[in-house]
Amino acid sequence: MSDRIFGGFGLALAIFYIWAASIIKDSFMVDVVGPRAFPYIVGTVLALTSIYFIVRPDEEPRWPIMRDLMEILAATVVMFLYAWFLSDVGFIISTTIATAYLTWRLGTEPLWSLVVGVLTAIGIYVVFHLILGLALAEGPLGF
Amino acid sequence: METLYLLADGFSIALTPQNLFLAVVGCFLGTLMGALPGLGPANGVAILIPIAFSLGLGPIPSLILLTSVYYGAMYGGRISSILLNIPGDEPAMMTCIDGYPMAQKGQAGEALSIGGVASFVGAFVATIGLVILAPQLVKIALLFGPAEYFVLFTVAFATLGGVSSTNQAKSAFAAALGLGIAMIGSDSQTGSQRFTFDHIHLYDGIDFLIAIVGLFALSEVLIFLEHHRGGAAGSSSQATKIGRILPDFKMIKSCLPSIARGTGLGFFSGVLPGAGASLGSFLAYSLEKQTVDRDGKTFGKGDPRGVAAPEAGNNAAAGGALVPMLSLGVPGSGTTAVMLAVLLQLNITPGPLLFSKNPDVVWGLIAALFIANFILLLMNVPLVGLFTRVLLIPTRILMPVVAMISFVGIYSITGSTFDVMLMVAFGFAGWILRKLEVPLVPVILGILLGNQMEVNLRRAMTISDGDWLTLVGSPLAIILWMIAIAGFVLPMFVGRRMKARMEAERPE
Repeated sequence: MSDRIFGGFGLALAIFYIWAASIIKDSFMVDVVGPRAFPYIVGTVLALTSIYFIVRPDEEPRWPIMRDLMEILAATVVMFLYAWFLSDVGFIISTTIATAYLTWRLGTEPLWSLVVGVLTAIGIYVVFHLILGLALAEGPLGF
Repeated sequence: METLYLLADGFSIALTPQNLFLAVVGCFLGTLMGALPGLGPANGVAILIPIAFSLGLGPIPSLILLTSVYYGAMYGGRISSILLNIPGDEPAMMTCIDGYPMAQKGQAGEALSIGGVASFVGAFVATIGLVILAPQLVKIALLFGPAEYFVLFTVAFATLGGVSSTNQAKSAFAAALGLGIAMIGSDSQTGSQRFTFDHIHLYDGIDFLIAIVGLFALSEVLIFLEHHRGGAAGSSSQATKIGRILPDFKMIKSCLPSIARGTGLGFFSGVLPGAGASLGSFLAYSLEKQTVDRDGKTFGKGDPRGVAAPEAGNNAAAGGALVPMLSLGVPGSGTTAVMLAVLLQLNITPGPLLFSKNPDVVWGLIAALFIANFILLLMNVPLVGLFTRVLLIPTRILMPVVAMISFVGIYSITGSTFDVMLMVAFGFAGWILRKLEVPLVPVILGILLGNQMEVNLRRAMTISDGDWLTLVGSPLAIILWMIAIAGFVLPMFVGRRMKARMEAERPE
């Protein structure tokens, strides 16, 4: 069943892709095949393989139980929020929180998670910013 | 003869103090990443590309650093295979079968050194093979026109699934997905905006590094979360009790023929499209078992030859895989795809012209591989105790740190939080694709090669004035089509059987 849903999703993606390719505007420069031909080929392969998934699905993969699925989603959301707020609150604070969350969910005691978070943030800041000179996000506090 | 001069020049570049230092750092990091289960060579190199780039290292120093990581990870993979029965990376799977029983018999140290020596011989011979074979392949590649190149890229995608692929439709879907993503941005030929929907972040297209780090490294973090694998990979008794390190001379001598056979097989499976290091070590082990232990008396019970053969095989394959990558610009495996990303990021286009236009890059790189091998032999035989301790780091701390370092890399290179969010999206998509057994390597390769593939198609069509038959217009192109079709169709018949055989050998 998963493969059929995946195939349906792939087919929708392929149709969208081919439609989006069809509205590519020509510029003043032209060549023989134009900017749309290759995307059409790619879209066709997407569509054909997706139809194959619907017709001949593989065995069901082992999906995680609901709780673990939520775990994955929550981690994705946390990482997403990390990126969202990175430049607003600065590298150290956001990295501390994100690391603490991930290490907590992987089984560290809550209080220790905070310690791991702080140490990771400071460690990366020292190694990559102070020693190696990489640009990290600066918040209002300057770090 | 000319080759030797060029190689000597390469050594003079690679032996400068800065480059030598980077090689040592790269070998160390590589072995570390190879040893840790879950962080393979592809992940390791991918995370380090943006960092090497933002450090402002030049092309040759970056290449030296990252190829040392690549070779180092191939060496390091055996450590957790032998000590914990968990392969550190996929090619090290076969090393578990005899390595772990050796460790249980108290011969861990000997298994590690035999594996280290076998890795050294495999990688060293393969690097010599690279020196000999790559310039020959370049001569053939110079005959390629745009049409042949287009077909060559098709060959790369068709064979990428490898002979053990079970569902070719999924490989094809993955490749198309990657190619589709590569099309986003302004068209290199005419400048038309494609699939950008007037979104300014998309005008330059999607940076392949974002996709690679997201798909490989972040999805790995999610896999760890899903399985709650937060503990340390090893316990202190496993990681520190390695026994005597130097094997006796008799044991090394008995392994030499196995190492030689493993090296040969590994190198060829590395060079051939669609084989790669995993198949190299699998073939090396199976052949060795059939040659020296027909009745199954000692193999699987801790025979040192069963460690030597696959280790020589996977390291030789890693070297062999660089042949098509450097001379044709077409990688045959996930890890070499990441190495291709390194070159592209440095604005170096691999392929036949690389050898004439940037000989310093090619030969500096090859010299660095030789040097890396000696450093790695030193690190992996006498100093192996250093690396066994990393198995004590619990993954609940390690994986978040890995995720944060990948964020740092991408942010420092693009300076855009949009790109970091995009990377998270790729990480989640990578997790779903892995669950559905859609291979990720074709996606990456599609993103990397998509624009070149299209450019070659359009050039060929311009030359032929719109005649699509030009794609089958030369004997060379027809041969390449036949390879592509055979490579795509063959797994449909033998894929399941190969996969079943590989799974049957798998420990646990």
